[in-house]
Amino acid sequence: MRVVIAEDLALLRDGLIRLLGAFGFEVVEAVDNGPSLLRALTAHRPDVAVVDVRLPPTFTDEGLKAVLEARKEVPGLPVLVLSQHVEQLYARELLSDSRGGIGYLLKDRVSDVKVFVEAVRRVAGGGTALDPDVVAQLLTRHAREEPLQQLTPREREVLGLMAEGRSNAAIAAKLFVTEKAISKHTNSIFGKLGLPPSEDDNRRVLAVLAYLGA
Amino acid sequence: MDGSTRFIGRAGALARATLLNVVRGLVHIVLAYAVNLPLFILGVLSVVLIPLGLGVVLAPAVLVAIRTVTNLQRNLAMDWHGVRIPEPYRPEPADAAGPVGRLKWVLSDPATWRDLLWSLLNVPVALVLGLLAAGLTVYGLEGAFVAWWVALLADYGWGPFWMIGDYGTAGVAGTAVLGVALTALSVPLGGMFLKAHALFAQSLLAPAKHALEERVQRLTETRSETVDASAAELRRIERDLHDGAQARLVALSMNIGLAEEMMKHDPETAQRLLAEAREASGTALTELRDLVRGIHPPVLAERGLDGAVRALALTLPLPVDVHIDLPGRAEAPVESAAYFAVAETLANVVKHSGARRSWIQIEHSRGRLLMIVGDDGTGGADPGAGSGLRGIERRLAAFDGTMAVTSPPGGPTVVTMELPCALSSPKTSPSSGTG
Repeated sequence: MRVVIAEDLALLRDGLIRLLGAFGFEVVEAVDNGPSLLRALTAHRPDVAVVDVRLPPTFTDEGLKAVLEARKEVPGLPVLVLSQHVEQLYARELLSDSRGGIGYLLKDRVSDVKVFVEAVRRVAGGGTALDPDVVAQLLTRHAREEPLQQLTPREREVLGLMAEGRSNAAIAAKLFVTEKAISKHTNSIFGKLGLPPSEDDNRRVLAVLAYLGA
Repeated sequence: MDGSTRFIGRAGALARATLLNVVRGLVHIVLAYAVNLPLFILGVLSVVLIPLGLGVVLAPAVLVAIRTVTNLQRNLAMDWHGVRIPEPYRPEPADAAGPVGRLKWVLSDPATWRDLLWSLLNVPVALVLGLLAAGLTVYGLEGAFVAWWVALLADYGWGPFWMIGDYGTAGVAGTAVLGVALTALSVPLGGMFLKAHALFAQSLLAPAKHALEERVQRLTETRSETVDASAAELRRIERDLHDGAQARLVALSMNIGLAEEMMKHDPETAQRLLAEAREASGTALTELRDLVRGIHPPVLAERGLDGAVRALALTLPLPVDVHIDLPGRAEAPVESAAYFAVAETLANVVKHSGARRSWIQIEHSRGRLLMIVGDDGTGGADPGAGSGLRGIERRLAAFDGTMAVTSPPGGPTVVTMELPCALSSPKTSPSSGTG
């Protein structure tokens, strides 16, 4: 799988290259600033890109801007965005074209290597990987609303994991239950929230995120 | 250096001083009549013409031109007489681009009107003081030099302005002596008249003293409050780092060291220790992140006040309508103060108001950042009682900002905050793409 990396701190950049290399990714280019990133994304059209939000030259949201710009040119280009902090505002901007292939995670998550690599693969496959912090904020924001009040605690947990972008199988593995049990939960959740049921994992995630206003 | 050169040097200095008094006195008079007076008339005319429209463009141009002249006169007072006259004008606000904006800026500045008053009053005052300064010297010199040749010319009763003929040789000698004495006296006397003119200029052209005193007092108060607050803030950060992230990193490195030891004979425990270490690093990172957010939120650095407030609104547990119209970004410290003021106000809304909805409006006009936060809660917020609102006031006061709260029992509550500030150049469009 061909991957482009954008990270300005050499230590982290090398770490990412080594980590992804160890899991069989081919790093086609690693850049350290916004303009090079935009060029690398449109030139290589990688299977997935791992991008830091804050990059030179402005050290603001250069990386995010480059990603949004590149996805205008290459719709659905899979990108996993990493940051020291997560903002719903940025999540919303990344998800706004509802094409999937978007990840948005805290940099800390890299430390759980297996989960991180799984997230990169999921994004490369057109899926979503949303940081648990963003999802928690989304759920708190809607916690007072009627439909969410009707969910059981377990269903809320499943909803959260779904919003992160996980498939039924992944949720089942995480909660140590069968996939069938999860599928029952998801059907119930979709019923209570009034969302059309969908077998397609990605479409299902996007529906949940749209519902939560992400 | 011998005595004669010293004498020549002193005589030269004296001659220079006398000449300078004449020149300076005349310059003041010429400036008053050739520049102040016409500009005063033009200024009044342009103000009168404002209702007709023509004055809207003309008045700022003339009134600003007057400033150029009064600034020259301020500099002369300093350079010639050592009388310091600071410029009293308010800075041109960033949004005063249009003619109406400029007009408002110029007309609302009291210094404009004091300039006009000066332009009128300087006409008689400069004439009297300038003539006295120049005239004394000229008259003295005339007496000293005219006496000789007038006496030779004819039986002249009065020399030009000196009584010579009536007293014959005595008149000539007396006139010469008196003329020399008057010339010598004119150096300090002329200097005094010119200095008096400079002081008169200071009384009208310097910033009004009353306002200055008030400002100094206010600055002293807010400065000490700001210093106290930032010292307390630093102590809190130190404590948080010391007890939080720092302690966790110590534990973390201990765990890793231990795991290293265990690796050979007890790999299972080593693995458990490493897992713990990873967890501890995660907690430390979370704490650091929260700390950074409290010092300067990253999204504020990345997106400015606009983006930061929008991002904040998205994290609140109640719907918030956000209307922000900012053509640029403020200086970082002002931006930070504005952000935290809004954030604390919103925190109050969440904690105390019991509101179901809230709204934020932020805009910049007439050199001020206006921030309004409202909610439909129970009202009854009292800036005097809660330390929260007091803290916001303090934050804003450090930048000459103000806060007003209207919160009748039963609500709604509206908090209006103002911060004087300039915005940087308009933000460039983030991308070249369509949309």
